[in-house]
Amino acid sequence: MRKMILLICVLALATVGIAPLAAQDDMMGPSVMLAPGEDLVIGFGAALTGEGLAPFGIDIRRGVELALEDRPTVTVDDVEFNVALDVQDSMCSPEGGQTVANRFVSDDSIVGVIGLMCSSAAEAAAPIFDEAGFSTISASATAASLTTSDFTSFNRTVPTDAAQGLAAADIIVNVLGATNVAFIDDGSAYGTGLVDVIIDAYEELGGTVAIRDAVTVGDTDFRALLEDISATDPDLIYFAGFNAEGARLIEQRFDVGLEDVPFMGADGIYGSELVDLAGDFAEGVYATRPIPASSDELDAFAERYIETFGEEPPSAFNTNSYDATNLMLDAIEAVGYIDDQGDLVIERETLSEFIRSASFDGLTGVIECDGTGECSSADIGFYQITDGAFVQQELEMMEE
Amino acid sequence: MQETTDSGPSGSKSRPKRALSFLRVQNAYAFIGLVLIVIFAWVFFVIEIEPQFYLQEGERARYAWDTFISQFIIGLAQGSIYALIALGYTLVYGILFMINFAHGEVFMAGAYIGFFAINAAEQSGFLESQTALAILLTMGVAVMGSVIVAILLERIAYRPLRGAPRLVPLITAIGASITLQQLFLRLFGSSPRTYPRISLFVGQGMWGCEPVDGTTVCEGIDLISKSYDVLIFNQEVRIRPFFFVILFVSLLLMSALWFFIQRTKTGKAMRAVAEDKDTASLMGINVDRTIVITFMLGAALAGAGAVLFALYNRQVTPFMGFIPGIKAFTAAVLGGIGNVPGAMFGGLFLGVAESVFPSALGLPNQLKDVVAFGLLIVFMIFRPTGIFGEVLSEKKA
Repeated sequence: MRKMILLICVLALATVGIAPLAAQDDMMGPSVMLAPGEDLVIGFGAALTGEGLAPFGIDIRRGVELALEDRPTVTVDDVEFNVALDVQDSMCSPEGGQTVANRFVSDDSIVGVIGLMCSSAAEAAAPIFDEAGFSTISASATAASLTTSDFTSFNRTVPTDAAQGLAAADIIVNVLGATNVAFIDDGSAYGTGLVDVIIDAYEELGGTVAIRDAVTVGDTDFRALLEDISATDPDLIYFAGFNAEGARLIEQRFDVGLEDVPFMGADGIYGSELVDLAGDFAEGVYATRPIPASSDELDAFAERYIETFGEEPPSAFNTNSYDATNLMLDAIEAVGYIDDQGDLVIERETLSEFIRSASFDGLTGVIECDGTGECSSADIGFYQITDGAFVQQELEMMEE
Repeated sequence: MQETTDSGPSGSKSRPKRALSFLRVQNAYAFIGLVLIVIFAWVFFVIEIEPQFYLQEGERARYAWDTFISQFIIGLAQGSIYALIALGYTLVYGILFMINFAHGEVFMAGAYIGFFAINAAEQSGFLESQTALAILLTMGVAVMGSVIVAILLERIAYRPLRGAPRLVPLITAIGASITLQQLFLRLFGSSPRTYPRISLFVGQGMWGCEPVDGTTVCEGIDLISKSYDVLIFNQEVRIRPFFFVILFVSLLLMSALWFFIQRTKTGKAMRAVAEDKDTASLMGINVDRTIVITFMLGAALAGAGAVLFALYNRQVTPFMGFIPGIKAFTAAVLGGIGNVPGAMFGGLFLGVAESVFPSALGLPNQLKDVVAFGLLIVFMIFRPTGIFGEVLSEKKA
């Protein structure tokens, strides 16, 4: 199976490798050309299948859809172009990310990409997008390494885990008063990266790591692991991963006598999906997530979301993807021009430059890109599940 | 292993095997005993002796008896489910010499169909008023669902390839597995379904009563959802009675299967087909029918296992059959594929190994699959035919 995917990737890479060579005759960087009346296509990659992950992908997609509802067209030099979305399932794996990236870069008409959703997929896809000069804006890939690896294609409208990790470590020690914490991750780029960041900060604050271990994505029985954790007498269990495994861990705590130990997660478990999966067991669970500055527009957006889709957002990222889409469309309108033949031309390099230095008031606060791909200025919020829903907590530092 | 033909061992070959089978079974049990002694010796060393060398005053040893006992019991519960699935692999292999890789999906189908049954029972209030009956019905529906899927699988994907080389049905099985996964994904979505939380109280009054809100409540023990602190070998351990329910129900089903194969006419026909399809059909045995029954038996066990699994872990997804399927296949190979007691023991052993070994060896739990499959390699080197050997056709009783 893996070999097959690898083979497909190699083949796809080969075709992609050939394409730019042929196109380099015009001495210009790679660019997109659109005849009047053609659709302007934006790629979208997120996990639309997968245990506990699909609700995230669907939520992110809905944010994009709402943005496109507001701006169904882009206007460049008084010529209007319809915006179309090419939706692909990038799953939550490096293989999925590469497959989708190869698909997008082999299609000359894709102007830019919203996504990818998971850090592991984004990390594997970034070199492919770099090669083709693409610009991507992720609404949810938070791994710290993504903006420190010199990727030229990767941008995000969500705060880095470097920020979330620091905030989480601070909350663990100073708000929850835990100093003997068991850390679990899910072995993904996101989970491992986040726990790395937290442990560094947490140890600096004087905490000791009771145990650090990982779960296998897709597994359902974590009782043996929880027995090991129970033996270390932790005062908090921290989990960096996603809903499906998070819900099982939360629930199976009760089978090994850890039900009184608080459980904390990150943006990977934030949202109504966790409560659906873990039910009453989820009561009291903590989570952090990037929190947009509260505003009237945000409240109106939340209402509009519920009105349009008939349910509470299952994840935290719909506002981020709304901003990501607007950033992409802004950039296209700003750098696009109509050439002598009346075609719309968007040069990928100038598009990337524009995105990397963009600054505007978004739904999640000020979007200000710092040139490394980091665009969000949102804070980190702290939540606890109370009566079946995440409720934001005031941060009361214990000492200071 | 039969390499050249797809028929079972020939008559002349099976006679010396039968003469040796007594010795081989003895060997297998001696082997199991030896393995268990080594494991317990190692655990004893880690818990009792090793800490004396390095442990400072007041420090906690890295492994303790209560953790070991809990993990052992958890492993037995998980292993029982592996064993139930493994029997499906083993039965089919014993008769067709084919590995039915879609068996994990038969398990998944049972869990899904059981989910709809139990969900309906919950909606109608039947689950609350007649809990035990509702669970039994759910199990019945799930078993039927799994059996239907298995019959269709055999009829559509395997029977037309009966005479083909052995690799062909293997590839079809992988195809069928992916097809079923994707079918359930499209039909029911990728979001996990959650089984309701069920309480089934038994033994009211036997375990004392507790005063709650001024009135005395004698609720007995909850067999399914709750867990209790109990003393085992003087160690306080958290036990969920459902661990033992899984083990008990699995052992019951496996004994029923054993009885069916060894004592009934149909079971005799199965053994005959496993030994030699052509000769069996000359003797008046309907080979196709026997093969279908074999598939049905394996599927029924998988369906029952699926409901136990889903009541235990509560989460049902289209991909849930993959990992247990692979593990169960490993268990079947470990025990000796084609061999019914082998699959039972292999399943239990793999479950316990996965649960206990990483901690006992001082490794992170993340490496449990490495440990389990590493073990498989070691076993295969010393006993290439598995612990019990490979044969279904022989009568061992």
